[in-house]
Amino acid sequence: MNTISETRTKSLLYLEDVSVSFDGFKAINSLSLVVEPGELRAIIGPNGAGKTTMMDIITGKTRPDTGKVIFEDTIDLTKKDEADIAQLGIGRKFQKPTVFESHTVWDNLELALNRSRGVFATLFYTLTAEDKARIEEILVTIRMTHRKDEYAANLSHGQKQWLEIGMLLAQEPKLLLVDEPVAGMTDAETAETAVLLREIAKTRSVVVVEHDMGFIRDLGVKVTCLAEGSVLAEGSIDFVSSDPKVIENYLGR
Amino acid sequence: MITGFILRALEGKIVIAVGILLAVAIIVPALNLLTPPDSAFHIPTYVMALMGKYLCYALLALALDLVWGYCGILSLGHGAFFALGGYAMGMYLMRQIGSRGVYGNPDLPDFMVFLNWKELPWFWYGLDMFPFAMAMVLIVPGLLAFVFGWFAFRSRVNGVYLSIITQAMTYALMLAFFRNDMGFGGNNGLTDFKDILGFQVQAGGTRAVLFAMSAFMLALCLIVASAITRSKFGKVLVGVRDAESRVRFLGFRVENIKLFTFVVSAMFAGIAGALFVPQVGIINPGEFAPANSIEVVVWTAVGGRGTLIGPIIGAILVNAGKSFFTGAFPEFWLFALGGLFIAVTLFLPKGIVGTIQHGWNARKALKAAADAEKGRDAGAAPTVQQVQAAE
Repeated sequence: MNTISETRTKSLLYLEDVSVSFDGFKAINSLSLVVEPGELRAIIGPNGAGKTTMMDIITGKTRPDTGKVIFEDTIDLTKKDEADIAQLGIGRKFQKPTVFESHTVWDNLELALNRSRGVFATLFYTLTAEDKARIEEILVTIRMTHRKDEYAANLSHGQKQWLEIGMLLAQEPKLLLVDEPVAGMTDAETAETAVLLREIAKTRSVVVVEHDMGFIRDLGVKVTCLAEGSVLAEGSIDFVSSDPKVIENYLGR
Repeated sequence: MITGFILRALEGKIVIAVGILLAVAIIVPALNLLTPPDSAFHIPTYVMALMGKYLCYALLALALDLVWGYCGILSLGHGAFFALGGYAMGMYLMRQIGSRGVYGNPDLPDFMVFLNWKELPWFWYGLDMFPFAMAMVLIVPGLLAFVFGWFAFRSRVNGVYLSIITQAMTYALMLAFFRNDMGFGGNNGLTDFKDILGFQVQAGGTRAVLFAMSAFMLALCLIVASAITRSKFGKVLVGVRDAESRVRFLGFRVENIKLFTFVVSAMFAGIAGALFVPQVGIINPGEFAPANSIEVVVWTAVGGRGTLIGPIIGAILVNAGKSFFTGAFPEFWLFALGGLFIAVTLFLPKGIVGTIQHGWNARKALKAAADAEKGRDAGAAPTVQQVQAAE
């Protein structure tokens, strides 16, 4: 037990023995996972492995039945709701790109900006030079400066994905959870997204759920394979993809 | 901070609408009072009263637009807030009657004497004072919206379910207000008003002032609504409408955002009700009827939700249509209303103002694209033809 408490003291996110079931179906089954500060981690697994449910638990959308979910060694995430957790510094990108379609790219980023989010603070908010500079900086990072005045509804699928990543950056999270960022992207867009995520991971921890093995190889990071709600294997992509259990459950013979 | 907030509200269309409303507030009463009845410009008192009623409905539709058009909360119970504002005003007007009632009781309104009540119920206290009554016009609907919204939004009741419970709310209030022992006049409601602030309610001058106040309050609420929707808060509001979970995961407290908007909207509706009552001379539990609240939804949809100005136009047009129809072909009005709602849903989903706005933007985009094309062909300097074409 000594080892666990040691890992805990330097973890950003720490899940221990987490279980949750829906109507008797165990979506997550005593899952344990540690994400260190500054780490970029990929999570793979077959459909129904519990990848999205795990994100729901971390972001407060779903409460686990048992187990610990600890952020920055001290904060118990199971006691908080989505807004609290977002304010603590955990950002989440959905599987389907979710941006504010009737707002411009600029407004999308302005809303996401990590500023006071109360009713009256937003009512009387005026754009400061500092905020303007930050939004412009993010526009450069997500390569969308030339489309800043475009309505998000008019963006392509890939651009919506990037805009959403940009919104998460504006949130200035310590931990970024990204659900299938390259689903429906062209090969060129996929490669560019890998570059973008690696760039982002320089300053914060990122957890990526993905099906695209080529993309995960591009990322070149530690991989966790989930199946039936618990961890099947963990390690480098080559190590995980040669594991017989992973081959049987996910990659196929 | 506050000035910036208000200044942001004054965008082109809003300025024009406010200008028109203020002009109406002056011109209509002036034409009613200052022109002789046989003049071509004379506006008869009954027409002015009718227009005043439309303006109150317009304010109610504006209130609904704030929650429905911007926040996506389809309230089917906004008539309840309107009626509560109306009852607060009605109670003030009842207390002004004093000993001039049928029974001549200086302390109790007629219906209480009739029911053999000996003293004024506690919730009637203070309503003989105008400032207190006006505070109640805001506080009572606001408080109901706060309590209702607190539970509904915290439990994340959404969509159709929320619409149904708002409908149930207004229905329950209607049943309660129908009861004599509630102390609000039961079936008959409150009527037979005499004075407001010492002026005769029926007098021409009083009516003119009430009309002007209706136009003025509508203009004021329009500015406030515009300031809210054009602030960062307003953008968050639209975000809640379009992608609620995204807003939540960005760290906003969606329940507080909805609650604030719902309360402000309920207060607007309360003001509308309070202005409505002295102009029509009665408030009864019928105002809580679910059908009334649904009609407000039709006005808002016809005018164009999410446009602020649309619901005002929609309320005035539909009600003018109603006045005409119920006069000319009374049996057809409900068919016309139903047909109108179906037609708008099928052919004008953005409503009148929304469709015009959309067409205008599309035309502008098309022109910009065409201009850009021409600019590329002809080089940097625009030619005379181009300038003419652009105009």
